[in-house]
Amino acid sequence: MAERTVTIASTHGLHARPASIFTQAAAKAGVPVQLTKGEKTVNAASILGVISLGIDHNDDVVLSVEGDDENAVLDELAALLSTDHDAA
Amino acid sequence: MTFTGVGIGRGMAMGTVLQMPAPLPEPQDAPSALSVDAEKERAAVALAATAAGIRARGERAGGSAKDVLEAQAFMAEDPTLSDDVKARLETGKTAERAVFEAFASFRDLLVSMGGYMGERATDLDDVSQRVVAQLQGVEAPGVPDPDHQFVLVARDLAPADTALLNLDKVLGLITSDGGPTSHTAILAREKSIVAVVGVAGALDIPNGTTVIVDASTGAVTVDPDEDARFKAKIAIQERASLAKAPAGPGRLADDTAIPLLANLGSSGGAAEAVELGAEGVGLFRTEFLFLDSAQAPTVAEQQSQYSALFAAFPGKKVVVRALDAGADKPLSFLNDAPEENPALGLRGLRALRANEQILRDQLTAIRNAEAENTAEVWVMAPMVSTLEETRYFTSIAREVGLKTAGVMIEVPSSALLADRILVDADFASIGTNDLTQYTLAADRLLGSVASFQDPWHPAVLRLVGEVGKAGAALGKPVGICGEAAADPLLAVVLVGLGATSLSMSPAALADVRAELRLYTIEQAQHFAELALKANSAMEARAAVSASASS
Repeated sequence: MAERTVTIASTHGLHARPASIFTQAAAKAGVPVQLTKGEKTVNAASILGVISLGIDHNDDVVLSVEGDDENAVLDELAALLSTDHDAA
Repeated sequence: MTFTGVGIGRGMAMGTVLQMPAPLPEPQDAPSALSVDAEKERAAVALAATAAGIRARGERAGGSAKDVLEAQAFMAEDPTLSDDVKARLETGKTAERAVFEAFASFRDLLVSMGGYMGERATDLDDVSQRVVAQLQGVEAPGVPDPDHQFVLVARDLAPADTALLNLDKVLGLITSDGGPTSHTAILAREKSIVAVVGVAGALDIPNGTTVIVDASTGAVTVDPDEDARFKAKIAIQERASLAKAPAGPGRLADDTAIPLLANLGSSGGAAEAVELGAEGVGLFRTEFLFLDSAQAPTVAEQQSQYSALFAAFPGKKVVVRALDAGADKPLSFLNDAPEENPALGLRGLRALRANEQILRDQLTAIRNAEAENTAEVWVMAPMVSTLEETRYFTSIAREVGLKTAGVMIEVPSSALLADRILVDADFASIGTNDLTQYTLAADRLLGSVASFQDPWHPAVLRLVGEVGKAGAALGKPVGICGEAAADPLLAVVLVGLGATSLSMSPAALADVRAELRLYTIEQAQHFAELALKANSAMEARAAVSASASS
């Protein structure tokens, strides 16, 4: 299993559009991806789960991936989280 | 057989009735007679089928509806939701109950998060109902979406229903409840849908029955004979060719110019408004720039949006309203303190004043965008209630370099003192929806007091008349930018009361333009007198209608 801590870049946190972009990418990864904030861990492919974490700008979250190409998947998803989707 | 209600606009439609299915009752929390695995299978199949069904509707609808529906399909497929449903099934619940509870718990979570996510709660409710309907093998509740055109009959439509309504399929709307200012009526005016509201007995018309909906008389003819059908067809064709006629400027029969302007909520609707003959923009709502964001947009971000709108109206008037937010449309950076009475709270100009930099930034962005274009830009403040507030706003606007600064008249106090407010303000624009709400002390969002929300009420019209008189005495323009201006006959009354321009949803322009041409200013003033003398909104409407058709 590979893990990485990422700081959320989107100005308004992981709500609405950024959450939707992220969860769809996680769902496409083809391997189980978990997202953890504090004590709570959710399935990263679940928009309801991700939203329920209430992730804000500058929060640190932990991505964990288990399976083939876990580092490549981590790279891709971590890049999404460290992009400011609200800046567009 | 003929039913009657209140017609919205002037249109006519003929088609077959489709009743909107009633919402499903909450599934009972009784133990399942099936095994846990069997219920899990039922739930999984129903969730997948619902997601597929929603996605297929999205493909058919296209456009922004497709995005909304795609998001709903993801909710039905959500793995966290599915885990939650399974956990509830382990305790021996039925699939219906488990699905209902799982969606309800996420709904509550979203509502507690507030803002944009809170608004998605209605989407979850809709998906939940669809899954439960799938499980029970009954028709999905909510807006029907058949593959043919139809006349929709409903008790009343909620905003969530209308967002999903496929307008290409809807020939007309009939509601059993709701008055001329209900959400259904507002939608009908905005989108120019033929509608008759408040039709007692409408819910008993069987699906598939042919009806003629005549908004100009408020009549709904059920199962019309050949002769009536023929006449309706001719009338519908005549109206269609009239609508295609080139749109000129707004004028009365005596050639008095009454500019007809558009209400817009984003720069996106500008092209359509121009096509429909809008002579400018009478109300540009700027809230869209601020919603769904944790902080106010920068001056540069705002400027590009304003500039895009101004560019669509070269040399024409564009009235921009400063941000209008309050506890009923909370913005975290402006005012998110809960209030008991949001309509009477820190909202409109009051909220901006408590955050003056936001107001200054917005006005600066508007001035910068004005400099890049030839549009004649006016700015106005929302919910102004005193002379002192008027001076506050106009002085900042002028300091920033804006030439024309006015106020919205939505509060009775400012209508009553319009003769003083208009000494300072360059113009007034009457927001009839809020003016009605505040005059009759009836929450415009509360269904139980919806009958009070009628701009034909003589108390409201008397206040409009005060503003009209003040404008005429001081030589200052008085515009109308509420829903009232989109009601063709009421528009004539408002002109009679002294309105010098009318602003409305672009779809309503054609009917109002045609109506204005029928009357002189003297006739409009006579209608205004009749309406002011009436004892109620209903009497006012009846008196003017009778005089207009005599």
